[in-house]
Amino acid sequence: MTEKQSSNSRSLYVIDDGDRGLFKVARTAFVEKDVFALEQQRIFERCWLYLGHESEVARPNDFVTRAISGRNLIFNRDSKGGVNAFYNTCTHRGAFVCREAKGNSKLFQCFYHGWAFSNEGALIDQPGKDAYCEGFNDNGSSNLARVERLENYRGLYFINFDRNAVSLDAYLGGVKEYIDLVMDQAETGMEIAGGTQQYAIDANWKLLCENSIDGYHGGVTHATYMDYLVNTVGGMTNSGMGGGGRQLGGGHAVIEYAAPWGRPVAQHVPAWGADGKKDVDAIMTRLIAKYGEERAKRIALMNRNILIFPNLVLNDIMAITLRSFYPLAPDRMHVNAWALAPKEETPTMRERRLFNFLEFLGPGGFATPDDVEALEMCQRGYKNLRAVAWNDISKGMNREQPGTTDELQMRAFWRQWNTLMTAKEAAE
Amino acid sequence: MSQTMTKGVNAPAMNRHDFEDFLYMEAGLLDEWRLTEWLALFTDDARYMVPSTDCTDASTPSDSLFYIADDRFRLSERVLRLNKKTAHAEWPHSKTRHMVHNVRIRSVEGNVYAVTCNFVTYRTKNDVTNTYIGHHEYKIVVGADGPKIAEKRSVLDLDSIRALGKISIIL
Repeated sequence: MTEKQSSNSRSLYVIDDGDRGLFKVARTAFVEKDVFALEQQRIFERCWLYLGHESEVARPNDFVTRAISGRNLIFNRDSKGGVNAFYNTCTHRGAFVCREAKGNSKLFQCFYHGWAFSNEGALIDQPGKDAYCEGFNDNGSSNLARVERLENYRGLYFINFDRNAVSLDAYLGGVKEYIDLVMDQAETGMEIAGGTQQYAIDANWKLLCENSIDGYHGGVTHATYMDYLVNTVGGMTNSGMGGGGRQLGGGHAVIEYAAPWGRPVAQHVPAWGADGKKDVDAIMTRLIAKYGEERAKRIALMNRNILIFPNLVLNDIMAITLRSFYPLAPDRMHVNAWALAPKEETPTMRERRLFNFLEFLGPGGFATPDDVEALEMCQRGYKNLRAVAWNDISKGMNREQPGTTDELQMRAFWRQWNTLMTAKEAAE
Repeated sequence: MSQTMTKGVNAPAMNRHDFEDFLYMEAGLLDEWRLTEWLALFTDDARYMVPSTDCTDASTPSDSLFYIADDRFRLSERVLRLNKKTAHAEWPHSKTRHMVHNVRIRSVEGNVYAVTCNFVTYRTKNDVTNTYIGHHEYKIVVGADGPKIAEKRSVLDLDSIRALGKISIIL
């Protein structure tokens, strides 16, 4: 069934008109406090949210602390090897039990009155314990509180604040195919390269969802990046920009395409020289042996911008970035971005990968700052929403298979967003 | 610049005062958006780096994700880019003011000087002023034609760049 036949709905926020080939989103969705509050309930309290990567807690007792959707959490591997997500708050009076960004500890001790917790969350010591009744914590209510759900898919750990949520596996559904295409690049598993980009954008978070899978803006917004590629040694690699967008169900979406930049796994560019060619060929040979030629070529030569609903972006382009972001207000978000890489990668290839990453990605790259500027200018433009009330996301609605520069993948996000935001609920 | 010669090297020795003059000039070129002239202050194999805020002194761009890690080629491309109207984040150009303080010569090996200074750089665009706080670690080569920057590592003394959003200017 084509998109045209399948879509026909209208809400306060989204007009999905398959007959006329129109898709409109209300600009109120980017500015209203009521929308922001309802998103917290309907989306961030119920969807699976990215917490961290297994390599960040690789050894027993490793921990990182992280703010996720307004909560302050501890993500750790305990002494027995189990992986946990705890709320970072002492069960006595509330202070953080961990004040470091990362480290290795068997114990989390509150510095206020000295309550101490094992890294499995158990309350193991209280100064002046003899002043508490016997059996004080028999029911475990004074142990560190665990985040309601914690599950992992191929090394990506997600949490859910809704105890009754479907399993992560079921939630990811159709997007697993694309996560697999990224994770299969590694022979011994992926890891986060050191260094986290932690920035902010004064714009609504949904603008970054759109932007991260937007193939339409590339040539215009990122003209200077294309100029740069042309100037690199030997110029760009000869590849089409062919490909397409897909909606994967559940709001997950992807664009998959060939592109002219180098890929550490595994598309050579002249700038990497003969040694680079040898490295890339070796990786390709291994992939073909393991996955067959067709899948190996898809893994190595195609690029993927993947949106995992609602707010995790896994972009497998000139490097691999994991990016998640949280709204603080309708017009502000915090963004965290990491570089993901195969553990077995040679130091030279890792260097090429990180060099590649920074030529495009991140707040100091040749592209992301212009995206940030665009998003912030959109947000400012919405001040005019009483005169101009709707965004247009119709591109490609007239096609059987929308292309990379069409907007099907963004419509996929908005359809799920609209479903969750406008569902009738007995409790409300 | 001092006219005394460093022993065994055919180049004028530089003292702190000389480096202050040099770094004030660099800051001035950046504030005036004379980026092509600014680029000429760098050696042909120069590097310009801004580590992520959770990196350590030992972190390198080969093992860690930085914000910026340019070799000389990419630095020249950064300048080319910033001189274009299509560098949207910096067009129209932001107003910047680079403040340089606490200039110190940390070591001298031959004609290579390790110089550090503190910085505060203000950037104003779209009625928003961002404050970049940190220190620069320079390797400066002093040759017959004067000082050239071989390495500039700009370390932000921040926990994140949430208050800045982006690093679209040169620090």
